[in-house]
Amino acid sequence: MLRRLALLPVVLFCVLTITFFLIRLSPGGPFDSERKLPPAIEKQLLAKYRLDGPVSEQYGGYLADLLHGDLRLSTKYRNRSVNEILAQTLPVTLSLGAAALVLAVSLGLWIGVFAAARPGSPAEGVCLILTLLAVSTPSFVMGPLLILLFSMTWRLLPVGGWGSPQQVLLPAVALAIPYAAVIARLLHDSLRETLSEDFVRTARAKGTGEGAVILRHALRVAILPVVSYLGPLAANLLTGSIIIETLFNIPGAGGFFVNSILNRDGFLLGGVVIVYCVLLVLFNLAADLAIRVLDPRIRS
Amino acid sequence: MSRAPSVTGAPLLLPSLILGMMAVAVVAGPLAFPPSYALPGPEAYASPSLGHWCGTDLNGRDLLLRILDGGRVSLAVGLCGAMISLLIGTSWGLVAGTARPGVDNLMMRAVDILYSVPRLIFILVLINAFNTRIQSAANACGWEWLVGSSRLVILILSLGVIEWLTMARIVRGQTLVLRERPFVAAARVLGACRTAILWRHILPNLAGILIVYLTLAVPSVIVDEAFLSFLGLGVQAPQSSWGSLLAEGAAAINPLRSAWWLILFPSLAMLAALLALYGLGDAMRRSLQAK
Repeated sequence: MLRRLALLPVVLFCVLTITFFLIRLSPGGPFDSERKLPPAIEKQLLAKYRLDGPVSEQYGGYLADLLHGDLRLSTKYRNRSVNEILAQTLPVTLSLGAAALVLAVSLGLWIGVFAAARPGSPAEGVCLILTLLAVSTPSFVMGPLLILLFSMTWRLLPVGGWGSPQQVLLPAVALAIPYAAVIARLLHDSLRETLSEDFVRTARAKGTGEGAVILRHALRVAILPVVSYLGPLAANLLTGSIIIETLFNIPGAGGFFVNSILNRDGFLLGGVVIVYCVLLVLFNLAADLAIRVLDPRIRS
Repeated sequence: MSRAPSVTGAPLLLPSLILGMMAVAVVAGPLAFPPSYALPGPEAYASPSLGHWCGTDLNGRDLLLRILDGGRVSLAVGLCGAMISLLIGTSWGLVAGTARPGVDNLMMRAVDILYSVPRLIFILVLINAFNTRIQSAANACGWEWLVGSSRLVILILSLGVIEWLTMARIVRGQTLVLRERPFVAAARVLGACRTAILWRHILPNLAGILIVYLTLAVPSVIVDEAFLSFLGLGVQAPQSSWGSLLAEGAAAINPLRSAWWLILFPSLAMLAALLALYGLGDAMRRSLQAK
């Protein structure tokens, strides 16, 4: 665990460095856009961010600013700093992501257990086919189809926007369904394998009911692959939310990310990438910790 | 250990058939259309009819023709990207699986880290950073073909670069198992060097699992490409792919008039391809595991 923690700053350092150089390689200077700044102001801004010196100095300056928690100014939205933009938009993205995460995990666990408890039955077959169908429907296919059905044809839910619970429902479902299916298939496979092990036979021989065998004995072991999938899942949800936010007109960080690429808004782009990476690295650490708590075999 | 026969386990034939038909359709299909169907016409947003089976888009172009054309791009990017990921993943996994434990540990830790960062986001920034550079370099060298398709080339390369992680893990795991097997020891006793053991003894035994994960990598690359193109940062007009068609369909959503065919038909095309590919890969994986 300590080794894992020690790796954390290394990973973050790599992410920061790669981001900085990718953005420096991107076309366009940090302060040139349609609306040209007065030369005096531009010169001052360049000096403030140490962008008038050699690359090594620019890089050092950026790292120093980041360590002070300053993500610098957005070049497109002149009157706002990247910190302000993220403080406004990140909570939206995170609540959407959390809703989708809860939905994906709970739905996936339920379907996985349901299917694995009925080996060889038609119900298992239907679950496997449906989850395969859902795995093959990425969120940006699911999203427009859901809008078409629920918002345009039946007019049950709003097309987009943010604020009310109804507005969270469609985007969260669109984002969660494919990953719920991945979890369900993962759990189904690992539960089927666990159920054929000796300790399960022993539990059954003791006269434990089938429900308790699955939920209390087998699930404890079978859930481990699902827990280690949580890290990649979080990365996928955060990436997927970029499209879902643009599609459903949600004022989250994802929309700003896309715009920052189109507008060549380097500091905003860097800010979003770095904050996303830090969040994911921390989330992965938590998932690792959870695995360690759940699986005594790793601790030794 | 006997497994319950799964419903998706048996049919390898159906997905292969669907994929074969799709391949023929996207290559030969567009030839069957009158040339005017590819050009902007007077009938914008025409709903599906006998003349235009899938309707027309906002410029009056035939949607079915665009889906077939886009499918060629999507499938080609998927296949090429998956090949690149196969190449990288196999080499990485083979080297890690046969290297000293310290090196192996380091290489697999790198895979773990890459798994947990938002790779597509980095790819977006990467494509953005390098596209104009490659174009100007191609211009300078006089490579006409690269100027027009630089976006596609960089897309294929970068998607291949992010999809190899699963492949590397699987290959490394199998290599660790294989290298303890008696036939490898026998080859070593006979004086075979490390590269010969890798190439002639371990790699051939990985062939089955490699084909399975190649099949599973194709749909992942197709999804990634569609993701980028949906955001307008992948394939650029006049080229289209299923992702950019979906984006056009989503952009046409408005409360007054819904051009449902612009969403439904590209979705169906993509769904059919992904389902067939995932289904095929999954069925092959299960039959390989059952052996």
